[in-house]
Amino acid sequence: MTIWIIEDKCDGCRRCIKACPYEGIEIKDGIASVTERCTSCGACIEACKKKNAIESDIEPRKIPDFSDRQGVWVFAEQTDGKLARVCLELLGKAQDLAKDMGHKVSAVLLGKDVSHLIQTLHDHGAQNVYLVEDDLLKNFRTIAYTNVIEDLVLTYKPNILLMGATALGRDLAPRVSRRVGTGLTADCTQLAIDPDEKLMFQTRPAFGGNVMATIACKYASPQMATVRPGVMEAAPCKLENPTLIRHKISLKEQDIRTKILERVTQKKPGTDIIDANVIVAGGRGVNGEQGFAMLKELADILGGELACTRLIIEQGILPHDAQVGQTGKTIRPEIYIACGISGAVQHTAGMTGSRYIIAINNDPLAPIFKLANWGIVGDVHEIVPEFIKQLSCGGAS
Amino acid sequence: MNIIVLVKQVPNTTNIKLDPKTGNLIREGLESIMNPDDLHALEAAVKIKDKTGGKVIAVSMGPPQAVDVLTQAMGMGADKAFLLSDRAFSGADTWATSYTLSKGIEKIKDYDLIICGHQAIDGDTAQIGPQVADWLDIAQATYVNDIESVDENEIVVKRRLEHGFERVACKMPVLLTVISELNEPRYPHMGQLISACEQKAPIKVWNAADIGVKTIEVGLEGSNTHVIKTFTPNFKRQNELLEGSNKEVVSDLIDRLKKSDTTIAYRL
Repeated sequence: MTIWIIEDKCDGCRRCIKACPYEGIEIKDGIASVTERCTSCGACIEACKKKNAIESDIEPRKIPDFSDRQGVWVFAEQTDGKLARVCLELLGKAQDLAKDMGHKVSAVLLGKDVSHLIQTLHDHGAQNVYLVEDDLLKNFRTIAYTNVIEDLVLTYKPNILLMGATALGRDLAPRVSRRVGTGLTADCTQLAIDPDEKLMFQTRPAFGGNVMATIACKYASPQMATVRPGVMEAAPCKLENPTLIRHKISLKEQDIRTKILERVTQKKPGTDIIDANVIVAGGRGVNGEQGFAMLKELADILGGELACTRLIIEQGILPHDAQVGQTGKTIRPEIYIACGISGAVQHTAGMTGSRYIIAINNDPLAPIFKLANWGIVGDVHEIVPEFIKQLSCGGAS
Repeated sequence: MNIIVLVKQVPNTTNIKLDPKTGNLIREGLESIMNPDDLHALEAAVKIKDKTGGKVIAVSMGPPQAVDVLTQAMGMGADKAFLLSDRAFSGADTWATSYTLSKGIEKIKDYDLIICGHQAIDGDTAQIGPQVADWLDIAQATYVNDIESVDENEIVVKRRLEHGFERVACKMPVLLTVISELNEPRYPHMGQLISACEQKAPIKVWNAADIGVKTIEVGLEGSNTHVIKTFTPNFKRQNELLEGSNKEVVSDLIDRLKKSDTTIAYRL
């Protein structure tokens, strides 16, 4: 399995370099050259079709015919008879995907005494609901749920199967994917149907969010992906003739091999700042504990967490695990609000990967403004209370 | 009790540098480390061994240089280590990786417990553990943050969930994936490190033929998923200063957040 360059034909146009997902090709002395990183995936050959300067001895892999695989399925995660919000969000996305493929949306509901959830699933776009009820499915257990979903997939042959990237979904989805013999892409942030091949393009962050990768599952079916809660949007709708399909399967307790001894609900201890979508961070310019109480209020309204610079830790105002920067944590929230932070590199090293950076500082020359999408020059102790006020009364006046 | 620990060598993504011009990842000089969660898996395994006796066996799939993390594992108390390494393994997705690992584990054969880190920092998929468990047809418990008791028949663990935890009893053999809350990993022991680095170090390298897999079943060829393209997320920063009274700038900011492509946009 090798790839080589026909040197006479290569003009160093760099198309192959752009196409290579692995940095497996580089330009040396003006022409392409294959590096050690090459995995022989063939992406460069495709990119060089016109010039035909790249050849290989790879036999093209046959894509099986999956035309009998119909339908976009969403796993309807429920605990104690309550649906996880993410499955309604997935049903929203599933409607788009199904439309682009000319397929139908279905929800897969497992549990005991969960039929009260069927209507909600229909109302969010599930044309079909596959329902499997059994005493042994009362609480989620990996092997039991895997066995049931395996049976459903083999019987009804869906084309796409989506699950939430929740604690439950991330336990179950990989096991199901292995069982039914397909690939799985975790924590996707975008799902779209490629118009040419009708494949689902699954985009997810890699290398801690520094790189995005678009992934497809051509050679196996169903195409499986998990999506984090809050990424997609639910889309309630009215359907005509929604269908309920009750599926029976015989489960045996001894096959399940785990037993839940106890389940305890704890008050949320707060999200780790690494996982938070929104971070409100404070530095030297924030006035002690009172100032941070104000930032906490803002963070709570935005559903975010509080973070800070090293100085604040040294002053004992916040615990160690809230520190962002070179000697603290590296975080990549969607929104990072820097309050009274000048923007020394020791701090910014830990937050430049944030999607949007908002800076509030009274020094217009503070380096933080160079990093920010949006900056406000002003006193944190006036701006933040105004921010809280406008958010609490339902947005801008 | 024999415990297999799966470890992975990963680039230290907390120190990642991007090329300021192209925005691409700079791979040169990127430090390789043992995946952080795997340190907790090893610690848990060595602790159990200290109580029950038996052996801790570290297993990794990777390029030849991944031997470094196995050396480190031995320094922390692993008794044996296997590196599954073959050019045919490269470019593997989680399907092909979990298959390769499970074939290696089947060859080691004699195990009661498999422990691995919850997820690796380079891929963040958390898929390998459950997939290996399914290849081997054994029970699994993920998100483990406490091991309460363990004997030849059963292990009782605590699993961290979004809104609390659950206590689960699992029939052996079982695969656990552990999170950092579980323990405080020890530092490698100097003496053990030195003996691990010596020529006679009990680190074996197995290739595709050794574990009995065909090259078309592993690596990129054996994978179900393929990367179509990679790109650097383009989050251009406008460095825009908002102007006006406090009231105006804040309302301007809220408007911009509402229009942003973020998950909180529609909640404002």
